[in-house]
Amino acid sequence: MEGLPWLSIITFLPAAGALLILATRAALPGANPGYDNGVRVIALVVTLATFALNLVALTHFDPTNPDFQLVERVPWALGVEYHMGVDSLGMVLMLLTTFLMPICILASKSIEKQVASYMTLFLILETLMLGVFCALDIAVFYIFFEGGLIPMFILIGVWGGARRVYAAFKFFLYTLLGSILMLVAIIFMTTTAGTTSIPALMEHSFAKEAQTWLWLAFFASFAVKLPMWPVHTWLPDAHVEAPTAGSVVLAAILLKMGGYGFLRFSLPMFPDASALFTPFMFSLSVVAIIYTSLVAWRQTDIKKLIAYSSVAHMGFVTLGIFSGTEQGVQGAIFQMLSHGFISGALFLCVGVVYDRMHTREISFYGGLVHRMPVYAAVFMLFTLANVGLPGLSGFPGEILSLYGAFQASAWFAVAATIGVILAPVYGLSLYRRVAFGTLDNPKLADIADLNAREWIIFVPLALATLILGLSPMLALDFTQATAETIVSAYRAALGAP
Amino acid sequence: MIETIIVLAPLFAAAIAGLGQRFLGDKLAMAITTGTLGIACALSLYTFAMFTWGGAPERVTELFRFVDVAGFTSTWSVRIDALSVVMLVVVTVVSFLVHVYSIGYMDEDPHKARFFSYLSFFTFAMLALVTANDLLQMFFGWEGVGLASYLLIGFWYQNKAPNDAAIKAFVVNRVGDFGFALGIMAAFFCYGSIEFHGIFEAAKAAPDMMLGVGDFQVRAIEAVCVLLFIGAMGKSAQFFLHTWLPDAMEGPTPVSALIHAATMVTAGVFMVCRLSELYHMAPIAAGFVTIIGAATAFFAATVGLAQNDIKRVVAYSTCSQLGYMFFAAGVGAYNVAMFHLFTHAFFKALLFLGAGSVIHGLHHEQDMRRMGGVRKPMPITWAMMLIGTLALIGFGIPGVFGFAGFYSKDAAIEAAFAAGEEHLLGAELAFWAGISAALLTSFYSWRLMFMTFEGAYRGAAHGHDKNGHDSHGHEPHGHDAHAAPGAAPAHESPPVMLWPLYALAFGAVFAGFLFAPYFIGEMATPFWRNVIHLPHGGHHDFPAWVIWAPLIVTAAGFLFACFFYLWNAGLGARIAAAGGPIHGFLYNKWFFDEIYDFVFVKGARALGDFFWKWGDQKTIDGLGPDGVSASTRFFSRQMRKVQTGLVYHYSFIMLIAAVGFGAYAIWAVGQGAQ
Repeated sequence: MEGLPWLSIITFLPAAGALLILATRAALPGANPGYDNGVRVIALVVTLATFALNLVALTHFDPTNPDFQLVERVPWALGVEYHMGVDSLGMVLMLLTTFLMPICILASKSIEKQVASYMTLFLILETLMLGVFCALDIAVFYIFFEGGLIPMFILIGVWGGARRVYAAFKFFLYTLLGSILMLVAIIFMTTTAGTTSIPALMEHSFAKEAQTWLWLAFFASFAVKLPMWPVHTWLPDAHVEAPTAGSVVLAAILLKMGGYGFLRFSLPMFPDASALFTPFMFSLSVVAIIYTSLVAWRQTDIKKLIAYSSVAHMGFVTLGIFSGTEQGVQGAIFQMLSHGFISGALFLCVGVVYDRMHTREISFYGGLVHRMPVYAAVFMLFTLANVGLPGLSGFPGEILSLYGAFQASAWFAVAATIGVILAPVYGLSLYRRVAFGTLDNPKLADIADLNAREWIIFVPLALATLILGLSPMLALDFTQATAETIVSAYRAALGAP
Repeated sequence: MIETIIVLAPLFAAAIAGLGQRFLGDKLAMAITTGTLGIACALSLYTFAMFTWGGAPERVTELFRFVDVAGFTSTWSVRIDALSVVMLVVVTVVSFLVHVYSIGYMDEDPHKARFFSYLSFFTFAMLALVTANDLLQMFFGWEGVGLASYLLIGFWYQNKAPNDAAIKAFVVNRVGDFGFALGIMAAFFCYGSIEFHGIFEAAKAAPDMMLGVGDFQVRAIEAVCVLLFIGAMGKSAQFFLHTWLPDAMEGPTPVSALIHAATMVTAGVFMVCRLSELYHMAPIAAGFVTIIGAATAFFAATVGLAQNDIKRVVAYSTCSQLGYMFFAAGVGAYNVAMFHLFTHAFFKALLFLGAGSVIHGLHHEQDMRRMGGVRKPMPITWAMMLIGTLALIGFGIPGVFGFAGFYSKDAAIEAAFAAGEEHLLGAELAFWAGISAALLTSFYSWRLMFMTFEGAYRGAAHGHDKNGHDSHGHEPHGHDAHAAPGAAPAHESPPVMLWPLYALAFGAVFAGFLFAPYFIGEMATPFWRNVIHLPHGGHHDFPAWVIWAPLIVTAAGFLFACFFYLWNAGLGARIAAAGGPIHGFLYNKWFFDEIYDFVFVKGARALGDFFWKWGDQKTIDGLGPDGVSASTRFFSRQMRKVQTGLVYHYSFIMLIAAVGFGAYAIWAVGQGAQ
């Protein structure tokens, strides 16, 4: 068992599932409801198996060891190695991905158009996302990182809402623009350092001036992905138009690639530049937190509001990462994980009412608690988690990131803490407008509460949010060694104690 | 073990009642929560007795690690010491009585299980707060009670006013929590610990440590104390952050008694006392506490003069009494602050539940202008309210006997006087604010009593005129139709609502007399066991006028109230109708809501719109993607023939491009590697 290439198996199992679906499509006459359901079952089984295998791989993983583990290394073409491996940062994000994918498949019940293509794309997307978190060769990483764009682009463009083409292009242009700069940087780095191996590049010390430019190039890509203000405007549009499961993947996993990138590349490879740009990053983070919170409050579309709140929450992630402290980095990783559950769940909450009513206008709703008490309770739980209530998973990441920033610069921490005032302003007022009040809209008179499938979707997420909120050490202990290594290497490179 | 059960049992009761309400039904849910609280209450009394008289030790039961990152350590724990046993008793006793009372009060509400689940959850969060051993667990309880408060204020969620009030309460409290959170960070940054003892030790070791950025440097201890006190100002509805408390009266009345009078709003006072070791080393921060407390005591009492909603009068009274507690703590008399917290819990809960009994008896009428003559039909409620009023105004003869408030409030005023002699920051202000607020307290309390219970009934004959509070399914009572014309169509409340009143009345009469020796008298040192910083020196000898002044102004307030509302009934109403500027100023609560609404709410809304429409849409998108695509479109017009406008084509080209880039990447990397 030890010798199995766990990471490759986990990463490529979904792609194999996609091939299987394609094969059945070739073999069977397409498009009938029975066939579509079969495809759904295949996708569900494949994603569940991926999650199960990921859990098995977890038993072969030692979180107290800060080195890359489960390493696979095979020479590939043109000097590039097929090199996989994870530390606990990668492992946590892989687990988040494999955990959420079955939920996304279940949440795609309302997709009726070209189910087979949809599921194929989703499975390919999972492979590409998983690859990002465990690739240890920068070229392989780049392929996974950029490859994820394509299925997402098509998912939005084909299964999206009314303005899906505009949104898909905006999404694509923004992220591609960032990536091109990163690509140039990668080419420069590998030429200079003479290796494509990420661990080797982490050891390599680049010249200070080079670091500045390289840092900026990577920043362009990660800042768009995360997204940071002011390159965030693709996110609300992409979310609004994407199908529910697409939004979940986008918010819960794709955004995390930005934070992952900062932690994997910017901090270890360009420490001097990271220190140089820390005030810049702090400023953007604080602006993101305050600016997007206020914008979120003014939205009239539920999904847009949640999308903007995601941008604000990612502000805490960048704040924590660039504090260069253990609390900050731990907080940032925790916040990424927790935001995966919370934002995913919130988009699923939107999906529940969207599937029934086909509108996301806040003003259409109101008084849902009268007809949908269980839904109202679930939505309340995740709203409160989003608001950062202690006891739910939104809180530990926030307070740790803020404390990290406080150590680096008290004033930035003070400004960022204003975010804790604004979060309930938009969060609770959204909830109140959707769930509370009287049920006036006659179209809502027969709206049904959660069905069994939706219960299954929400229960794991609710448990994750509660358990991580009450006992955050379950995750923090897991990522401790990695966070410590990143921080101590960063501080050593800067000559700081 | 026992204390762990006390803290966690209400949580389990809340979870069972909340999650299982469909299977349990209302009766069982009420029985489980109320019964659990009864057990918790008995165990708390036992713990208090064992601690105070049985010689039980101070102890901390650690449950498990909450957060532990590079020294930033918080452990779920149950701390038992003099402060927490006092709070255990206050919280569980009042909570249990409120549970019992609610069985009657919420009798006709369709969501009883949910209501009781929230009440029990609140109790758990409050207990977690008072038994915390570090700032982070305290913050957890702090936010937890805030959540319960939010849910219970907005309990009748179909109406607009409770929803508005609930969000307002949450957000204003978050403004305070902004300070609290920064206080936690500053404390850990300076002292390397967020555990109470660790903070105290480090602060004593380095009392002159500075904190700041660049030239802006302040004493760390002052900064930490002020930041944490901002949190206390929010939770305890102090001046500037008080605006949520009166609105919180939109919640059901038992909630107002439990959360917005007896327990949650005193959390700020508790926090300052818990950190007394810190505050007594921070004279400026303590002076700030004194000044805010004094300002609140006076301000809220003036507003209370002109309110007509019976619950709002009591709410402003609460706000004012919390001001007394804070200025007592600010001048270093932490034990007096805790004593007033203790007695206030009984008589203010009594007043709220009494007011609730009146409201219940009058079918959810809350406007005192439509009351009057209620004493006849509700004699027991009247007697209970009378006891509560006497305790609130602090009636008592120095040296003989007094109601609960007499001992604690006079002690607060005297402590301020003593501190004024030593020229502590704000102490003299606090003394005079305390004296004048005592006058006002007496006046508005008697005004409430006279407007409600005396004279002729002024409401509509049937007592069912439309207002927002009876819209949750309260059905008319059959027997009202038989009420004599002119008499108040009220009915005395059922025994399940009266028994809690008796229990609280007992506390309102005797809590001061019985416990003064322990809290502030000769037994104080063994009672507190150094858990709070006791005022130095022995007994002060106060001038006679200081000792008698509260009684005199209280009598004066009584006479004024008699003059305006008893002997010249209707005079008060005529003054209000005349619409003078002073009345308008008080009636509108010093225009705080209007100012805040204009500056903060409208300001933030405008800013949000500006960022959205101008920032995101015009500037970022306009110069970014949309601008690019607009210019692209311009050029593309020249090459229209190539463009098909089909998304498949675009995506295909994109795909090709991406693959091309990927291939190039591999090629280039390969070049680099060779």
